[in-house]
Amino acid sequence: MNDIDRLRDLALSETGFLFDPYSGATFSLNPTAVTILRALRGSADRVAVLETLKREFDVQSADLEHDLDEFIALLRREGLVSREFGLS
Amino acid sequence: MTTKPLYERPVLVRHQLGHMNKMGAMQVNRPLTHIDGVPVEELLARYGSPLFVFSERTLRERHQELTSAFSRRWPKLRVGWSYKTNYLGAIARIFHSEGSWAEVVSGFEYEKAVALGVPPDHIHFNGPYKPEPVLERALVDEAMVHIDHFDELALVEKIAKRRGIRPKVAIRVNLVAEGIPAWSRFGFSLENGQARDAVARLVAGDAMDLVGLHCHVGTFILEPQAYRDAATKLAGFANELRSRFGIALSFIDLGGGFASHNTLRAQYLPGGVATPSFERYADAICDGLATLDVRPQERPTLVLETGRALVDDAGYLLSSVVANKRLADGRRGMVIDAGVNLLFTSFWYKHELLPGVETRGMPEPTVVYGPLCMSIDELRDTMLFPPMKVGDPVVFKNVGAYNVTQWMQFITYRPAVVLIGRDGRHALIRRAEQLADVIGPEEMPPWLEKH
Ligand SMILES: Cc1ncc(COP(=O)(O)O)c(C=O)c1O
Repeated sequence: MNDIDRLRDLALSETGFLFDPYSGATFSLNPTAVTILRALRGSADRVAVLETLKREFDVQSADLEHDLDEFIALLRREGLVSREFGLS
Repeated sequence: MTTKPLYERPVLVRHQLGHMNKMGAMQVNRPLTHIDGVPVEELLARYGSPLFVFSERTLRERHQELTSAFSRRWPKLRVGWSYKTNYLGAIARIFHSEGSWAEVVSGFEYEKAVALGVPPDHIHFNGPYKPEPVLERALVDEAMVHIDHFDELALVEKIAKRRGIRPKVAIRVNLVAEGIPAWSRFGFSLENGQARDAVARLVAGDAMDLVGLHCHVGTFILEPQAYRDAATKLAGFANELRSRFGIALSFIDLGGGFASHNTLRAQYLPGGVATPSFERYADAICDGLATLDVRPQERPTLVLETGRALVDDAGYLLSSVVANKRLADGRRGMVIDAGVNLLFTSFWYKHELLPGVETRGMPEPTVVYGPLCMSIDELRDTMLFPPMKVGDPVVFKNVGAYNVTQWMQFITYRPAVVLIGRDGRHALIRRAEQLADVIGPEEMPPWLEKH
């Protein structure tokens, strides 16, 4: 199964509650993480995700690229995407 | 003006068995059954519910933490207790006994400080509106008036001439500090030269002496860097005043604004984690002031008007559960007997709310409502909270700032306020309101009088 489909199967609530039906694990996400996950379900396109963040949030001086890469690494670490998953 | 939420780093936390997760927002906290050793249930039984409670120990400890952090870095420090943050007599008196002066922003606050025994020359008087009789009294009393705008400067000149006095004054400036919107509606702008014009005008008028600069950059400032900027800019301005006008300032006032251990509604990390220590603010401010071009022994006094960071942690609101209900979407609604009219800061903060008794049973998502028949009366949006029975006590933490000054008599009476002393004794510092307090000032026009 590809990673995008895997992400689409996660149960993600408005309030940032995430249930992974494959492992049974649950997580809490903040609004930024919810926004990124939602965007990734559309496509794993770096520019598109960054655009979405800028549209949804008042971004002042943050290093979005860096935050995004760290977040992707976290998804891999938590087994929510495969080791090979990366942004295009 | 943007209405978008502020960006925060993305966070994803796996829930651990036993506690739902590690984040403040979702974490189920241990009950708080005692305050400084006094049982919450005893306080409620004795003084009624709801009830504000203050810890004298915490008030004094916070004051000492603040002064020790700054005194180690700057030779002369003065705290001006920000009356609007909490002007209950007992609270202000505790801070005055720790050495604080008073910082007031109205004729009422000025009178209150004087009534409490604060000498007028230990009062810093801020604010955009000081009515002429009030301003005149303060100048004659030798209070430290902080001039806010050109019209006030002219008024001070007029009063000084009329009364044959030569007041020592300060001016309030506003400036752009990193990461925060400038409060340009207060004081004279540093960046556009207005502050310099004000000083030139003050010097030319030859009716008063400028001894201080004041700047309050904002409130709940989570980033100490903003203070480094502000202090550096004030120091630069002070250097300019010295070389240009020969003015040697006796104080530089950095205002208030340090964050307390609360969590803003828009903030993700809980306040206990995100709030900088007094040490970090002190580092930033004293670094900035180090650019002052004066010999060490001539350094001006650093004045702070710290409000919420001194008093918030010392205040609790005890309340009781009056009903549990199930909302249409399945969440639990818990109604308590304290509303937003008492807890003004619930519009700002995700307040930490704890059970006041040991509980059992699985926590569930709960919305906490007050008793007012108003849809705005929501004290906490969804949080995990254990089951509570009607009559069980709950405790809001960190509510000492602004609530007992901004609370409203609305729909119901305002409750009592109690102080727990350092030795565990407790006493009323403001009794609960009753009907006579509310209707006392009312008048009935003759044509409506019954006969
Ligand atoms: C002039 C001035 N000083 C001090 C304070 C106290 O601020 P804080 O409670 O944020 O420390 C305020 C609050 O608005 C203020 O306007």
